[in-house]
Amino acid sequence: MIWSEVVRQLFGEVAHVSADGDFLSGSAVLDGQTVTVVGTTQHAPIGYALALRQAAVVLDTVARHPGRPILLLIDTQGQQLRRHDELLGINRAMAHLGCCIDLARRQGHRVIGLVYDQALSGGFITSGLIADACYALPDAEIRVMRIPAMARVTKLPEARLAALSLTNPVFAPGVENYVRMGGVRGLWGTADQPDLAAGLRAALADASTADQRAADGRARGGRLLAADVVQQVLAAA
Amino acid sequence: MNNALSFAECSARERIAALFDAGSFHEWLPPSARVMSPHLAQLGVPSAFDDGVAVGRARLGGQPVFVAAQEGEFMGGGVGEVHGAKLVGLFQRALRDRPSAVVLLAESGGVRLHEANAGLIAVSEVMRALLDVRNAGIPVIVLIGGRNGCFGGMGIVARCADHLVISDTGRLAMSGPEVIEASHGVEEFDARDRALVWRTTGGKHRYLLGDADQIVADEVPAFREAALRALGASRPLTLADLQAEHRLLAQRLAAGAGADDAVELWQQLGITNAQQVPDLNAAQVHELRQPAAATS
Repeated sequence: MIWSEVVRQLFGEVAHVSADGDFLSGSAVLDGQTVTVVGTTQHAPIGYALALRQAAVVLDTVARHPGRPILLLIDTQGQQLRRHDELLGINRAMAHLGCCIDLARRQGHRVIGLVYDQALSGGFITSGLIADACYALPDAEIRVMRIPAMARVTKLPEARLAALSLTNPVFAPGVENYVRMGGVRGLWGTADQPDLAAGLRAALADASTADQRAADGRARGGRLLAADVVQQVLAAA
Repeated sequence: MNNALSFAECSARERIAALFDAGSFHEWLPPSARVMSPHLAQLGVPSAFDDGVAVGRARLGGQPVFVAAQEGEFMGGGVGEVHGAKLVGLFQRALRDRPSAVVLLAESGGVRLHEANAGLIAVSEVMRALLDVRNAGIPVIVLIGGRNGCFGGMGIVARCADHLVISDTGRLAMSGPEVIEASHGVEEFDARDRALVWRTTGGKHRYLLGDADQIVADEVPAFREAALRALGASRPLTLADLQAEHRLLAQRLAAGAGADDAVELWQQLGITNAQQVPDLNAAQVHELRQPAAATS
């Protein structure tokens, strides 16, 4: 789904969100509540500059609109793979974006991520994955790396990884697998609940800010060990 | 030079043993507990009894600290489900028990691709857990000096810490040169040009830019002294801090617009004798940094 249609379905006509290249920003109103909207489109590679542009919107919201919820609209092919971005310190720019989102949470802003198209690895870690909760549209795609590249790096047979990706949530790209692993809290716009605005409304009403993803992964059967290992470290003599 | 123990050449446990007060390390979920990856066996890949990371408590200059050390020899220090959960557990325990600091000896390629989605989520959980500790006023000190450097998601995690120490032979970045070359060609980044790789990702560059708070020689005692200096360096993040960080990063973006190479960027940032930097040792590079390059 294109970003403008996502915004229309979420907010109707009361939205002032615009694209500047592959950068999205603006605000919109849901049930009388103004929401900051920031994100990317066109499968944007997240480079140093694009991370900073998103961070600026989050910082501005914290500084000028205390408590205003923030919606992250995610469509990225991952981090920008350029030498110049590495030279500048793309990891620091991304950490900065993550720290800004984390600050917003601590200052009482609800921060909700929505993967409406695709999310890959480095472009996702400091956006949706550091939000209070991340949601996705049913036909979105989330993955670390495409299978052929993963086969090259891990030196594992591509056919084996492809076969595993059909049955194993750890390798499969579908958003349902991220839901099972706890990385995505739920899907908006499903056959049972086609109304995207209802999804956002419920997400904003959920006041929990603790990281519950490991517990969700265990309860949903997609990531069985993480929560237990955390508990074992806490309990170790 | 001298015969001090090389940090890069040590294993994770050798680093812990030599860096913290003698005999003070007590490990949680040690190899004998065999808390291992549930994913590697089905790929026919060997597992490790500690999943490539040692966590526990120790003393540093008599102060109680929590410790994590990633083992670069096992899957490049890649973060899988269990490896990540051990780090999260350590940070959550720090939040509860309030040690004087958490010291993370980071050596990692980032997400362990063999655990793909589970590794990606795990890295983001580590990031949130680390920021909880930092914002509770307990300093998180990251030491980078392993041969595999600190890349990918762990490169981001490292920059979320209160204090970062790197050796002149350490590396800190996001994507490895090989990945960039594979994606955009050898003209974009020649991964075999070692001097270019070091200028772009190496410890000297990271220190001169202010991405690292301290630069040290590749010696375990030097890392110990640096970690001792960083005790008490707690810096919880405020809006003003992040606004200052934003201005600094925006200035760097502008300064970098005309700089294709690290030497040009150092010159733009006012580093004198930028051309000589590759030939200097850690102590000499330490003297070069301008006060304005201080980190957030």
